[in-house]
Amino acid sequence: MKAIFTLLKKDLVLELRQQHTFYGVLLYIASTIFVLYLSIDEPAANVWNGLFWVIQLFVCINTVAKSFLQESKGRMLYFYSVASPVEFIISKLLYNIILMILMSVISLFLFFIFLNNPVTDSLRFTGIVVLGGAGISMVFTLMSAIAAKAQQNAALIAILGFPVILPQLLLLMRLSKTAFAEVFKSGAVLQLTGLIIGLDVLVVVMAIVLFPYLWKE
Amino acid sequence: MSSFFVRKSWWKILSFVLLAYTIIGGFLLDVPRLPILNESIRNLYFHVCMWFGMMILFIVSFIYSIKYLRTSNHRNDIFASKFAAVGSLFGILGYATGTIWANYTWITDQNQSLANVLKEPKLIGAAIALLIYGAYFVLRGSFTDIDKRARVSAVYNIFAFAMLFPSIWIIPRLVGSLHPGAPGSESGNPALNFNDIDSRLRIVFYPAIIGWTLLGVWIATIKIRLQLLKDKTLINV
Repeated sequence: MKAIFTLLKKDLVLELRQQHTFYGVLLYIASTIFVLYLSIDEPAANVWNGLFWVIQLFVCINTVAKSFLQESKGRMLYFYSVASPVEFIISKLLYNIILMILMSVISLFLFFIFLNNPVTDSLRFTGIVVLGGAGISMVFTLMSAIAAKAQQNAALIAILGFPVILPQLLLLMRLSKTAFAEVFKSGAVLQLTGLIIGLDVLVVVMAIVLFPYLWKE
Repeated sequence: MSSFFVRKSWWKILSFVLLAYTIIGGFLLDVPRLPILNESIRNLYFHVCMWFGMMILFIVSFIYSIKYLRTSNHRNDIFASKFAAVGSLFGILGYATGTIWANYTWITDQNQSLANVLKEPKLIGAAIALLIYGAYFVLRGSFTDIDKRARVSAVYNIFAFAMLFPSIWIIPRLVGSLHPGAPGSESGNPALNFNDIDSRLRIVFYPAIIGWTLLGVWIATIKIRLQLLKDKTLINV
């Protein structure tokens, strides 16, 4: 338990010291949304929704991709000697969840500013965004761990991750429509939320079970 | 699957007999004639069996990936990759037979637009499955070290398979469908409903599933034996 927080703290401190990557992703988000603003100024609600989640996907690849790429071989060897693989992957998952939630909220804020706002229930949508950001980041953390083992990394993450993330993304887009004043059957919202959380739990379990095999060299 | 299955020939003969029966019986035996479907229902013996075969082959591939991680025996990795390859082939054939069927029912008789047909949840689910296994082979191709390739691709195979199943259950319940068994239609269950199959179809359909699946396993075992011969110098199996 203590090791998890030490590793998490190390990642956060590293992020604060090497701020260029953080600002790099911020700039990526801002410029993407600015391009969207210039190309379509008044998207309809479903277009807005689709665009938002696709942008989240690409932001996530950019944010999470480096989590395993930045670790050099020597440093991995050091972690190997001081921490267990389960502690290591949990700390990485937590770190990426924190980072991705932050990025999601920032991009949501920028979407609200630049593009028109079709969301009627902003609080609920923010909740969905936090839930979705966490889920997407967990899947891509594991994909990043896999891709880091193969040499040609960044492109591979997208190839490996997209088919796996698709169901979650469809669920999120569907759930988002509750915040666009679309009427759902009673209980459907709870069911969708439950499904997304269930998938997230599945991802965590798979990560804990499978990561030790990726870890040993 | 020891030498019992690979070297014995009874199941290969069984596969041949069942498939001969499927093709002859499938085209000649009487079938119920329903509106829209008409004679195209005979495609049931080919199209649906492809998906059955694909899922069974993917499950076998998944099991061998788990076995690889437990034993680190290179043989299991070859089994996993070849079963996945034949499973993908069955998936593509499932698409091919499905397009014929969709052409005569959804497009010709129901005037559905192509965009509508492409949004089919079953098509999306199958597309996810094929993309996953496409990614699996890309991943395999990106390694030069065979041990690393086997381990990492086994991890991806297990993870992707575990994510694939929920999506096959979930997506049909999210998207409207033309496919039999969609929500709102009479059978209600997005999975295959065995109660609404006419008994005249059953006598060919069930043997057909077994026959096609055995054919898939047969192809896979040939590919596996070929690969084992190729790698004979590399590994002790």
